[in-house]
Amino acid sequence: MTEHAPSALTRRAFLAAGSGLVVSFAMLPPAFAQEGGSAPAPWEPKLPGSLSNDPFLDSWIRIDPQGGITVHTGKAELGQGIKTAVLQVAAEELEVDPHDLALVTADTSRTPNEGYTAGSMSMPNSATAIRNAAAQVRILLITEASRRLGIQPGALRAESRRVIAPDGRSLGYGELAASLDLHVEAVPDAPLKRPESFRVMGRPVPRVDIPPKVTGGVAYVHDLRLDGMVHARVVRPPSPAARLLTAETAAVEAMPGVLGTVRDGNFLAVVAEREFQAVKAMRALADAARWEEPATLPDMTDMPAVLRSLEHEVGTVAESGSPQLPADARRIKATFTRPYQIHGSIGPSCAIGLTDGDDLTVWSHTQGVYPDRQAIAEMLRMPVERVRVIHAEGSGCYGHNGADDAAADAALIARAFPGRPVRLQWMREQEHAWEPYGPAMVMEVEAALGPDGRLSHWNYDVWSNTHTTRPGPAGALLPARHIADGFPPELPQLSITRSGSGDRNAVPLYTIPNKRILWHFVREMPLRVSALRSLGAYANIFALESTMDEMAIAAGADPVEFRLRHLDDPRARTVVETAAARFGWPGEALPQGRGRGFAFARYKNYAAYFAVALELELDRESGNIRVQRAVSAIDSGEIVNPDGIRNQTEGGIIQSMSWTLYEQAVFDSRRVTSIDWASYPVLRFASVPSTVEVHVIDRPGEPFLGTGEAAQGPTAAAIGNAIRDAAGVRLHDLPFTRDRVRAAVGV
Amino acid sequence: MAIRLTVNGVDHEIDSEPETPLLYVLRDELRLNGAKYGCGLGQCGSCTVMVDGQAVLSCLMPVTLLEGREITTVEGLGTIDAPGPMQRAFIEEQAAQCGYCIPGMMMRAQALLQADPEASDAQVREALKWNLCRCGTHMRILRAVGRARELMRQANAAAVVGRAG
Ligand code: FES
Ligand code: FES
Repeated sequence: MTEHAPSALTRRAFLAAGSGLVVSFAMLPPAFAQEGGSAPAPWEPKLPGSLSNDPFLDSWIRIDPQGGITVHTGKAELGQGIKTAVLQVAAEELEVDPHDLALVTADTSRTPNEGYTAGSMSMPNSATAIRNAAAQVRILLITEASRRLGIQPGALRAESRRVIAPDGRSLGYGELAASLDLHVEAVPDAPLKRPESFRVMGRPVPRVDIPPKVTGGVAYVHDLRLDGMVHARVVRPPSPAARLLTAETAAVEAMPGVLGTVRDGNFLAVVAEREFQAVKAMRALADAARWEEPATLPDMTDMPAVLRSLEHEVGTVAESGSPQLPADARRIKATFTRPYQIHGSIGPSCAIGLTDGDDLTVWSHTQGVYPDRQAIAEMLRMPVERVRVIHAEGSGCYGHNGADDAAADAALIARAFPGRPVRLQWMREQEHAWEPYGPAMVMEVEAALGPDGRLSHWNYDVWSNTHTTRPGPAGALLPARHIADGFPPELPQLSITRSGSGDRNAVPLYTIPNKRILWHFVREMPLRVSALRSLGAYANIFALESTMDEMAIAAGADPVEFRLRHLDDPRARTVVETAAARFGWPGEALPQGRGRGFAFARYKNYAAYFAVALELELDRESGNIRVQRAVSAIDSGEIVNPDGIRNQTEGGIIQSMSWTLYEQAVFDSRRVTSIDWASYPVLRFASVPSTVEVHVIDRPGEPFLGTGEAAQGPTAAAIGNAIRDAAGVRLHDLPFTRDRVRAAVGV
Repeated sequence: MAIRLTVNGVDHEIDSEPETPLLYVLRDELRLNGAKYGCGLGQCGSCTVMVDGQAVLSCLMPVTLLEGREITTVEGLGTIDAPGPMQRAFIEEQAAQCGYCIPGMMMRAQALLQADPEASDAQVREALKWNLCRCGTHMRILRAVGRARELMRQANAAAVVGRAG
């Protein structure tokens, strides 16, 4: 069949079976092979996706003699549907049904180390690796069948876990695999199936994880019940800088079901036989603890000035032409802000720890089992190989939430109760107060319009942290900071990278001759921060796309047309044009109090393209805003599961609406005061739009670009732009709460 | 003192302390996964179950008040092999991202549709206002409840025809 290897490639794969390393070296691109002795790992530049870190086929795909096929991914299901997408690519290339495959996800004892499941990189990294590995395994199976049957590989076809000859003879994958060594390195350029022959990829295959979730199956780490399991709760300090003075534990330890307490520095926990006994004991222990609480937090109403004052150094993210705006140019200068915002998982973080002799096992909804293991081992001062971290699903995390901290809590407590699985569940107030937040940011834009009606100058300054303080180092774990002989957090470093972090999407994708993008690096944040879905891109795109809109108005241009003036990339143009056309942009004049807004970005400037048009209603009296309809287009490369892309993108749009309209963490000089859903309001059904459309643009044969974070920034900007359209005012400060809207429209 | 509970049509004797919220009894004593802990404060709806046909926040409901009442959790709506109409609708609409909020949504919608099989879309939105979803699955949840309404209607019609025949 056509998508099978031309024979030269089959031969190469066959060679790979015998001597992987040799082949890998032989596959090096010439320029690389000529480099001197300091060349990096030989496969690094060429193998697709995560194969570059773990090139062995059997790290990803194993076939047992009975023909059972197991796929291994180092990525974790976060509710983004990665399990299903990975099964689809593997099934496609192995010519089997997805139901024929078993899947093992992130587990330090069983799967490759793929770092974090983050940054919309699961498809580019893991699915790409698995797709390529599966294709090569199929080629090896066919090659082996060819040898045994004495028939040319090109005449054989793979189907339903068998390799079939034209004369009807066939061999099962199991019997073929029995004489194959899959512990061979992948080659960089094995042929993949072509889109015309896809059976499974590109289709809306139903998610494998949904049926158990809607029928009460064991679906989350919260649902695991291990034999002899006991329940733990931590008592957190009342404020980030608080120090524990005394804790009278005797009365708590005498409570029904209580097995004991753990105290280590500022770390305090209690363990009981039953869960609600642990909750009651936690409350009693909190009452029995006395803390010293210094006032260390800044005035939150003055965060922009605080961030500016915390500037540590300045990095140049991009520079071209001159930053000097011509004196007579039409120009705009504006400052935008974004507050601390929380991940706010609906299910608070949870983990189970089990100490068994010298070994510790932790079940966690961490995004990175390997880095989490590293950090936990360091915190407990034990050898890393004695720690195993197994991923089990949690409630959606949207970045670095309390997962790793809860895993560390469970590990610490489990050490004190060897032999018994310890289930540690955070309370709602603890999740709200202690998860690492998406960082507050300040963005300043100064832009000028040339005489040709195009942008001539763009100066951009962003005050931001790195947005990533994930484990690896123990100091990234909350309890590791609280224990007596603890670990301080590592200070983040300014580094300008292709993906960006605090500066993510700070550089416009638009063609602008003169631009200067500076990152005023804030190293130490008053409240703990880390990665929240899309990192700095949310706020940077908000500022960028708000300013694009103002410039369009200054130029007397339609905002969509104005963006197209500055876009050369045809895929970017297609996304913008599709969203506009499906929305019916610009549409008829709207009545008072209604407005339309548009925004676009390419995530990280190299990943998914996304554009959105929306219409909203603004009530001048109450300041209430309701988005009525949103129409979007996304191009995230070749489609594996169109419904998965739609689902995640709808989710991104709605979540960004919630961030943008309602959300900010609040605090006084000592404590975080947004500690539940009443003090930290989020979007509710009453404010959900009537319709949200997602049009997915397929790019057969193009690389997977990832989907999960593309919508966050543009949605925020489109809302701001629609408010501008509805009321003639530009809002610069997130979120657009009722009070702010009322103040701005001046009723 | 033992407390008698009827959950999904099955009687149980529970020896939890009487003030224990129903949620903990369902999860820890009866090993049912459907009701989820989300806040314990009555703010998010992820713990929603039905008591005598009404949607109830199980995180706030002391178990001792439930003696003799009919408790239904998502496990009582069907099984993975034979999903009930509400479950089928959520599967068919692929109405979940992480799915953590979903059983609570399903139980609130079930209570609404059992009481009023013709409930309008606006009533569905109104009923669900107690339940939070953080993944932004709202549009699909609304579609799924609409589909469940249709599936339940069909099932009722079939039952009526069956009785008439
Ligand atoms: S857990 Fe009951 S309302 Fe949130
Ligand atoms: S699907 Fe994740 S919270 Fe609703």
